[in-house]
Amino acid sequence: MTASTSDLPGADPILAGAVRPDTTSTEERAAQRERLRLLLRSKVFVVGALIVLVWVVCAIFGNAIAPNDPFATDPLKDLTSPNGTYPFGTDRVGRDVLSRVIVGARDILIVAPIATILATVFGTALGLVTGYFRGAVDNMLSRFIDAFLALPTVIIGLLAIVSLGPSRWTVILVIALVFAPIIARTVRAAVLQEREMEYVSAAQLRNERTTYILFAEILPNVMGPVMVEFTVRLGYAIFTVATLSFLGFGIQPPAPDWGLQVFEHYGLISGGYWWPVLFPALAIATLVIGVNMMADGIAKAFER
Amino acid sequence: MKRFIATRILLSIVTLLILSILVFVASQVLPGNVARNILGPLADQASVDELNSQLGTDRSLVVQYWDWVTGLLTGDMGTSAIQQRSVFDIIGDSVVNSAKLALLAFLIVVPLAILGGVYAALKEGTLRDRTISLGGLSATAVPDFVWAVLLIVIFPLGLGIFKPTATAPPGSNVFEQVYYLILPAICLVFVLFGYIARMARAGTLEALDADYTRTAIIKGLPQRTVVRQHVLRNSLLPTIAVVATQIGYMIGGLVVIELIFNYNGLGKALFEAAQRKDIPVLQTGVLLVGVVYLVATLAADILYSVLNPRVRLGSES
Repeated sequence: MTASTSDLPGADPILAGAVRPDTTSTEERAAQRERLRLLLRSKVFVVGALIVLVWVVCAIFGNAIAPNDPFATDPLKDLTSPNGTYPFGTDRVGRDVLSRVIVGARDILIVAPIATILATVFGTALGLVTGYFRGAVDNMLSRFIDAFLALPTVIIGLLAIVSLGPSRWTVILVIALVFAPIIARTVRAAVLQEREMEYVSAAQLRNERTTYILFAEILPNVMGPVMVEFTVRLGYAIFTVATLSFLGFGIQPPAPDWGLQVFEHYGLISGGYWWPVLFPALAIATLVIGVNMMADGIAKAFER
Repeated sequence: MKRFIATRILLSIVTLLILSILVFVASQVLPGNVARNILGPLADQASVDELNSQLGTDRSLVVQYWDWVTGLLTGDMGTSAIQQRSVFDIIGDSVVNSAKLALLAFLIVVPLAILGGVYAALKEGTLRDRTISLGGLSATAVPDFVWAVLLIVIFPLGLGIFKPTATAPPGSNVFEQVYYLILPAICLVFVLFGYIARMARAGTLEALDADYTRTAIIKGLPQRTVVRQHVLRNSLLPTIAVVATQIGYMIGGLVVIELIFNYNGLGKALFEAAQRKDIPVLQTGVLLVGVVYLVATLAADILYSVLNPRVRLGSES
């Protein structure tokens, strides 16, 4: 159902034209409009965007929407199963799970995008440098990247927790560190193609500064892959934030963070108390899927 | 070919060296005073100094790093001061458990995903193809612990079958162990199916499009024979790489799944080591995870270059 959008007649030449520097700005704007039109026609993108929008609304207006105080404990009503008053039940200290799920959208929607932006900026710079210079710089950086990628993210998180201590910033740093090399690889591949183009040799002949060539000449032409990487990584970042806060690395109690809620209650699940675990877990799943659907739509719109 | 393999091995060794330094810096240098971390802020300085000299953590960092690496190379992993056990025992047991879970998951997911991917490729563009491809990718996108929670809610809680913990009672036979391990293994199937199926699908499409396939069809061979003899064999090559890269994640990366199912694998052991600041276990265990990944990807690369269909089948036909 997504394939149809990129197969539209006439879409390809416009998209291809937009990424060459010789195109005029009007053409570029037309291409951007075209891309937006493609995005809005993609059902996958729109559904994904709607899911994400729901959680963004929860993140911004959570306190107003939540039916109960997400922090109010009630020892007499702990672990009440879902019912009319508490549609998602209550947790082990009697807090309303529904309200905590709604308000819990905020933390993850702040931490994950910040981490992804950092990773994208750093990774793009790294990819530009390694792709443009190749040779020794590239080789050395590639070995570091390989060493980093040999470890699962969670394990790097474990190391970071020991060396830096648990905090939101540790989570952001871990994600930025892990994702930057992956983004760098994609960008590097795109730069390797771009550096053979004539506009690059022209700039070199004009004796432009290297930073100018990298960021003013090449960067605009690899923005497509960068955009796609950003949205794809955002999905993984949400996944990773949830995992790291599950492990107690990031946001600390009594915050209504989703991963933390799963962590606080997973031990009770075999006793039949599934609701304080299932609902935050589903919240994470829907947000990740929503972002991935958006990423899918964006990738298709940028496809040449 | 020999040159490629030699370079590849050399690069892996360099990567491993860098990895060991990164791990050492992260686990030894950044946390600061080791004995102080173990004893806490209230311990007096004399006992902190004593423990540091006992642990050897009062020596220079270069000496400590050298000691650690040469120890590993001679098979000496040291002892965990906190658990009072040799690191080899702690890690060894958990690696065996991780390997059991990984093996079971691979035994289920690899044939299933290859079948799915090849089938999707043969039915390219149909609804069935899209269901397999999109379904697989969506299943992969969902975090592993969400699958764990869902499976526990559905099976042991809802239907009363399988176990919410993966650790079988001691002395259980293979079948009992599999019964306990089946739910975490299914979680991994959900996580991995999409990756492997996608690679198998892409490999099959490429093989279907290749000259040798066209030749086989023109020769008049029946479709089943073409698929079995020419397409299938070559479509499996790219899947080797995916399986190899996932082994590193299966051995050590399953922290959350092992915690939820209370299974004593390497991931859980590393998590507990990090919580207790049990540095010897943590640094050696983490390095081991990296070694598993590097060896697996190296083996896959070499296997791939040896089996490369363009070299091998090209000369055959």
